[in-house]
Amino acid sequence: MNGTAATLRIALVGNPNCGKTALFNLLTGTRQKVANYAGVTIERKEGHYLAPSGRNVRVLDLPGAYSLAANSPDEAITRDVVTGRYPGEAAPDLIVCVADATNLRLHLRFVLEIARLGRPMLLALNMMDAAKRRGIHIDVAALAARLGMPVVETIAVKRGGAAGLIAQIDAFEPLAALGAVVAGGNVHIPQAPSAPDLHAQVRVMLAETVTMPRRTAAIDDTLDRIVLHPVFGLAILAAIMFLIFQAVFSWATPLHDGIDAGIQAAGAWLGSALPDGALRSLLVDGVFAGLGTVLAFLPQILILFLFIFVLEESGYLPRAAFLLDRMMLAAGLTGRSFIPLLSSFACAIPGIMATRSIPDPRDRLTTILIAPLMTCSARLPVYALLIAAFVPQRTVAGIFNLQGVVLFTLYLAGIVSALLVAWTIKRLRRDKSEHALMMELPSYRVPHPRDIAIGLYERGMIFIQRVGGIILALTVLLWFLSSFPAPPVGASEPAIHYSLAGMIGKALHVVFAPIGFNWQICIALVPGLAAREVAVSSLATVYALGGNEDGLQAIVAAQWSLATALSLLAWYVFAPMCISTLATVKRETRSWRNVVVLAGYLFGLAYFASLATYQIAKALGA
Amino acid sequence: MLLSELAMGVSATVFEVNDTGPKDAIAQRLRDFGFVAGEPVRLVARGPLGADPLLVQIGYTRFALRRAEAARVTVSLETSP
Repeated sequence: MNGTAATLRIALVGNPNCGKTALFNLLTGTRQKVANYAGVTIERKEGHYLAPSGRNVRVLDLPGAYSLAANSPDEAITRDVVTGRYPGEAAPDLIVCVADATNLRLHLRFVLEIARLGRPMLLALNMMDAAKRRGIHIDVAALAARLGMPVVETIAVKRGGAAGLIAQIDAFEPLAALGAVVAGGNVHIPQAPSAPDLHAQVRVMLAETVTMPRRTAAIDDTLDRIVLHPVFGLAILAAIMFLIFQAVFSWATPLHDGIDAGIQAAGAWLGSALPDGALRSLLVDGVFAGLGTVLAFLPQILILFLFIFVLEESGYLPRAAFLLDRMMLAAGLTGRSFIPLLSSFACAIPGIMATRSIPDPRDRLTTILIAPLMTCSARLPVYALLIAAFVPQRTVAGIFNLQGVVLFTLYLAGIVSALLVAWTIKRLRRDKSEHALMMELPSYRVPHPRDIAIGLYERGMIFIQRVGGIILALTVLLWFLSSFPAPPVGASEPAIHYSLAGMIGKALHVVFAPIGFNWQICIALVPGLAAREVAVSSLATVYALGGNEDGLQAIVAAQWSLATALSLLAWYVFAPMCISTLATVKRETRSWRNVVVLAGYLFGLAYFASLATYQIAKALGA
Repeated sequence: MLLSELAMGVSATVFEVNDTGPKDAIAQRLRDFGFVAGEPVRLVARGPLGADPLLVQIGYTRFALRRAEAARVTVSLETSP
């Protein structure tokens, strides 16, 4: 490159659903970097491309906004960056406003609002292909003259669809334009124009430059009649949800197991090359076990996000939220909470990551806080062990299997407590201002594979880089606690008894005795923090079964009371026995406080639920 | 009448958006969306539970509004001149 002088910084600004990100992907391809704006969870997406003139163009994809009168943290970022008031973020040389050519009545208003800032800008009329199909005719030259800025047509989903935009950007000379702009740092937002004012201008402009056969796309009207129908709509929704649930739950399992086994085999292979000792144990049981945990989550995350991206891009996701909003509102949530919560039944980690589609930060946090209460698949090994050991195979009420009834009750307990917690959070919150839905239902579109592929790549990398590090570190820490100090020579008990984890577990026994946990359970809880299913193998280790989990059921059935087993089941309904979940919450909310709140309330609930279960069961003679 | 009382499929014209208090961000956002005097508006669909939220067509765009949000908008049934 020719140094910073030859770099042009542009920012893409526009309404949500204007196809801005697709345009960003078309301009920059894979030359993108996703980071966060300092201290907030909002993503900062920047990329670059080489202009025909040889100039390097840095493109910032700002969050979609309806207005500079920001209504959300995302919109506040957009407002502050375009006005040059965002700390550490220089105002862009050129603002590229993106508007959906089929939705100009709404989008031009925001263009006019930005134009009042008096900064160098141009307008990209996106989705010109859709506009032409609908018979919309736009007199681009007349529109440019009215707006007093260059206007170019773009088709973000077509190769070469941004050629006109690239040429127009390249023709821009920042130095020539500088004189027209108030020198940096001093830019003020002009007196907020009253809304009718700008709308009146838009109306006049549209009347003069655009002809439109009809206000909406016929296909949207037809699809919405079916998709939003009280009966058919809900049936379609149920079918789609079932498909997602199936995919995240069962399609991911072979991949999950395969990755896990592959990493373990790699660790074992590496371990065989090393002498027996602490280093080998660290690599095999610490680093590789942690790596396996991290990578094994990827199939679930990618499969869930594949569905979410396809549904979002096609325009269905807001429709699903529309259908579900009333039901979720009763619990103090929003229609947008449904899919994250549904996927949390497979695993809370992709579920928590999926809460990004919830615009209201309060609704998003509530959804994150209750997601771990959905019974994830990692609880099943624990439930299966205890149910098989303690609940007889018996038919109740003629048709139901008692073991099935118990399992269903555990799922139900999670859902009911999640609703109660959401309701309580709503009561406790100091900010009682109305939560808004006010959601645009955009036109239906065919999702573009490139945009979905880039989105999936980003989600995968974010998880590996930012959540993976925390999980890996904590797994190694748990390995350390379970391995040191080493057992004395001629020790009779399994090594874990003499380790720090063993000491911690035995110390915890004082706390856990009232809820019926024996010291073996207490020890297993420490390494069991790595993941819920690990509890089963840790118990096998504590009972010196050397990884033989089949023998565990017999031991547990013989040595534990029914009250203890029920208490442990209650514990696993609530307790956050999963550091990966906590790491994801840290990453997604950028706050350790939220992690402490989450872990604190879940442990509290778990303890009291187990206490009540144990004491009641004991009183009943179990 | 209020937008939230509009019957399905009926067209009306926006009269105004009423703030429920000082600095009503929801009312401000409705105006940004295009709910301004003289704008034609139509109720397109209603949610399956309790007929909430409402799907409202304004301009070329459809917005899902909860009843409390739609109740901020007064409309008149006469079509605009």
